[in-house]
Amino acid sequence: MSMFFTIAVIVLVFLIIFQIAKASEYVSVIKGEEKARADQNKVNGFLMIAFLIAGLFGVYFCNKVLYPDTLLSHEAASVQGEKVDSMLWITIVITGVVFFITQILLFYFSYKYQESKKRKAYYYPHNNKLEVIWTAVPAIALTALIVFGLKNWFAFTGPAPKEALQVEITGKQFGWIFRYPGMDQTFGKKYYKLIDDANSNSLGQDWKDSKNFDDVVVSQTMYCVVNRPVNLRIFSRDVIHDVGLSEFRLKQDAVPGTPTSLWFTPKFTTKEMKEKLGKPDFQYEISCDQMCGNGHYSMKGVIEVVTQEEYDVWLAQQKPNYYTVFPDKDPSNQKPQLATDSTKTTASVKTTDVVKTKM
Amino acid sequence: MSNEASMHADTSVNVPVEVHHHEEHAHHHHHESFITKYVFSQDHKMIAKQFLITGMIWAVIGGLMSVLFRLQLGYPEEKFMWLQDLMGKWWFEDGHLTAQAYYALVTTHGTVLIFFVLTAGLSGTFANLLIPLQVGARDMASPLLNMLSYWFFFLASVIMFSSIFVSTGPFSGGWTAYPPLSALHDASPGSQHGMDLWLIAMAVFVVSSLLGGLNYIVTILNMRTKGMSMTRLPLTIWGLFFTAILGVLSFPVLLSGFILLIFDRNFGTSFYLSDIFVATTNTALPNEGGNAILFQHLFWFLGHPEVYIIALPAMGIVSEIISTNSRKPIFGYMAMVASFFAIATLSFLVWAHHMFVTGMNPFLGSIFVLLTLLIAVPSAIKVFNWLTTLWRGSIRFTPAMLFAIGFVSMFISGGLTGIWLGNSALDIHLHDTYFVIAHFHLVMGVASMFGMFAGIYHWFPKMYGRYLNNTLGYIHFWITMIGAYLIFWPMHYEGLAGMPRRYFDYSTWVSFNQFEGLNRVISIVAIIVFAVQILFLFNFFYSIFKGRKVTTQNPWESNTLEWTTPIHPGHGNWVGEIPEVHRWPYDYGKDGRNFIPQNVPVGENEASH
Repeated sequence: MSMFFTIAVIVLVFLIIFQIAKASEYVSVIKGEEKARADQNKVNGFLMIAFLIAGLFGVYFCNKVLYPDTLLSHEAASVQGEKVDSMLWITIVITGVVFFITQILLFYFSYKYQESKKRKAYYYPHNNKLEVIWTAVPAIALTALIVFGLKNWFAFTGPAPKEALQVEITGKQFGWIFRYPGMDQTFGKKYYKLIDDANSNSLGQDWKDSKNFDDVVVSQTMYCVVNRPVNLRIFSRDVIHDVGLSEFRLKQDAVPGTPTSLWFTPKFTTKEMKEKLGKPDFQYEISCDQMCGNGHYSMKGVIEVVTQEEYDVWLAQQKPNYYTVFPDKDPSNQKPQLATDSTKTTASVKTTDVVKTKM
Repeated sequence: MSNEASMHADTSVNVPVEVHHHEEHAHHHHHESFITKYVFSQDHKMIAKQFLITGMIWAVIGGLMSVLFRLQLGYPEEKFMWLQDLMGKWWFEDGHLTAQAYYALVTTHGTVLIFFVLTAGLSGTFANLLIPLQVGARDMASPLLNMLSYWFFFLASVIMFSSIFVSTGPFSGGWTAYPPLSALHDASPGSQHGMDLWLIAMAVFVVSSLLGGLNYIVTILNMRTKGMSMTRLPLTIWGLFFTAILGVLSFPVLLSGFILLIFDRNFGTSFYLSDIFVATTNTALPNEGGNAILFQHLFWFLGHPEVYIIALPAMGIVSEIISTNSRKPIFGYMAMVASFFAIATLSFLVWAHHMFVTGMNPFLGSIFVLLTLLIAVPSAIKVFNWLTTLWRGSIRFTPAMLFAIGFVSMFISGGLTGIWLGNSALDIHLHDTYFVIAHFHLVMGVASMFGMFAGIYHWFPKMYGRYLNNTLGYIHFWITMIGAYLIFWPMHYEGLAGMPRRYFDYSTWVSFNQFEGLNRVISIVAIIVFAVQILFLFNFFYSIFKGRKVTTQNPWESNTLEWTTPIHPGHGNWVGEIPEVHRWPYDYGKDGRNFIPQNVPVGENEASH
């Protein structure tokens, strides 16, 4: 009902606007073309300068309201992110100056030089000196930006430091799988045709390769160490995904068949960030930033940045995937009686349950 | 020597043919049937109208789609039962837009606005309308190919439209159609028949675009009237000329990319596919050795020039309108032409800036940074020249002029953020966030739309012999201008928060859920702005039949040749001889004279430009 009411109101507004528009056209015909044009110029010239002033105020207001919600309002959480932020600031200043000068001139000229009987247009077809100046000045400013940019770019994309923590991250529709190389510090071979979700081999690890035996595979949450570079080796199982790390100010695509990589140095643990931002629910989220299907918006991973000690404890608790797939090889499963016992207990519990329901 | 000879030969042949054509034309006028006049017309002016109106229909469809997905983004909790009743259960479930429908809408919105509205609708309309009229030709070099260009576009439109009604839905992988998502039927429901139809529609569209583009180039190069040297061409024609060249050189590459994709989808090849395990069917695909990034190279080899295919006609139109309504010559005509040339050339060398985070070689990336930021120089020249044209002018605020000024404002706002994104070290942070959405909507979407509106308001009298209603034009401009900034300006901040684009719902994200209120505001403004476009459409169609009649041949006191034709030009444009051109098109305010049309001979004491 309210829908029809809304539509009726909109149609009514349209009709009123249209009638006014038509009436004003008749009026301008009666007034004569010259006079009508002068009136329209006056109104629109005024609106030009009004728009400029309102617009500048709007820019200020928008910044005031929204700035605290952006990442610029707090320190980047990685060493690389700091560089991104400082570059952002340089770029904001340079483009900001150009923005304000050109927009102000645009609307001010429009207002100032509206048609007037007192003034004639100034025939001014070209001025080579001026044109050279405004070719050269942007070129110099851009050169500065390029130099800054490329310096950072090569730093970001250069090889990861040797002491970096090695983590493999694999995107799939719609989630993330992480692999740690284990004690031997090397990842075992994998092949996509060996992928077998039903048997816990979500990455297609090749069990003939003994380097796989100690590789730890976890999903959704990745652990890494504060102030220690982490090198992500990025893979995809199906379509293109993207490892988006907004707090670290970095991202890199995950491309099936073409491994990519990204490294960064986290500066704060998750706990520190929670305190810094006063947000108890803060998480370092991995967002998929490349359209990957209907679940794209839900493809979330979490990075838990911890201290080295916490990390060591966590890693020690992780069971290599090899033992999940082959439980009989697991040294902690070497007490066969216990294992059978536990199955028996569960079985007996189930039977009692059934009996209970029957009764 | 031989050139000269052939030129002479041409003229000697041309003259009688021209005369003959006239008589024949006058004779045939009465026999023109409805079909040949309005449907399968070979008159460039009618074809322009066909492109324009088809483009408008697509703009409404694409705009409505954006309203629908903005409803989801602004009101993720709200139930829209009436929309479900209207559109059916495939689109809405329990009153909520489905994720599948959301992605289908986003994808189709992008595809149709970029290709069908801002390519076909913009350069299709104005190249057809203006090239023959402004260079002084009776029609395009090949009216038949020109007609076919429209009908291929129409066919592409029909196919694209039909894809909306496929049971698995239209394609939903984003307008960029990256494989493997677009290549694998099982990766997404939208990658099934919807994608087949999308690809066929796009392939047909490429044919349309090539037929049109070749025709535009040939017409501009070979059919200029006597005295119309290249440096006397209006900037509209220069813009359309470079647009056509870009299209002819880059669309075939896109087509080749699409053909390989069709093969990968249907015939078991592995151009783009390698190492893929499809979870929905639990199978590892046999394809190995392909490269998904190859498609992106082929796609963006068109995709980036495409941005300029959209922008250059708008720049040309805006240059012309600003000069005419400032009553001043465009400042730095040669610099404007040179910057067109520079932009067109550079546009072929920057495509990989869309791919900085695909894992491409960092050194290669650095080259693309350099070339990309270089493109800001000719763009800056253009802006400064427009500003200087306004300076000390005598500005008449016609609706066309307002939209032209709006174009410059949008182009500045959107263009400057290009300097951010073109720098790979910043792109690695901002890529695929709302910052990108804000950037390209301002610089390419809104700005070019403004160029198109400016063109429509300016040349409507030439098209239909009537005026659009001015008051509605002013309302249209100011609400659209304010609305566009309200919609896209705050999106920069969302992008600076890292908020990714193409998300159906942000509520589960700790990092991005702070913008719920903002998203609602943006959605409300988007709906208002859409409503105002409907007002414009009403003005357009009402004015075709009932608008104030044009009573003078040259209502804007403009110099270009189209205003030397009759108010209602027939097929052939000029009655009698085609006027001869004696000067450049920007003699406004020269020697104290308000304007001097191009066909006026240079006076004895007058310095020619």
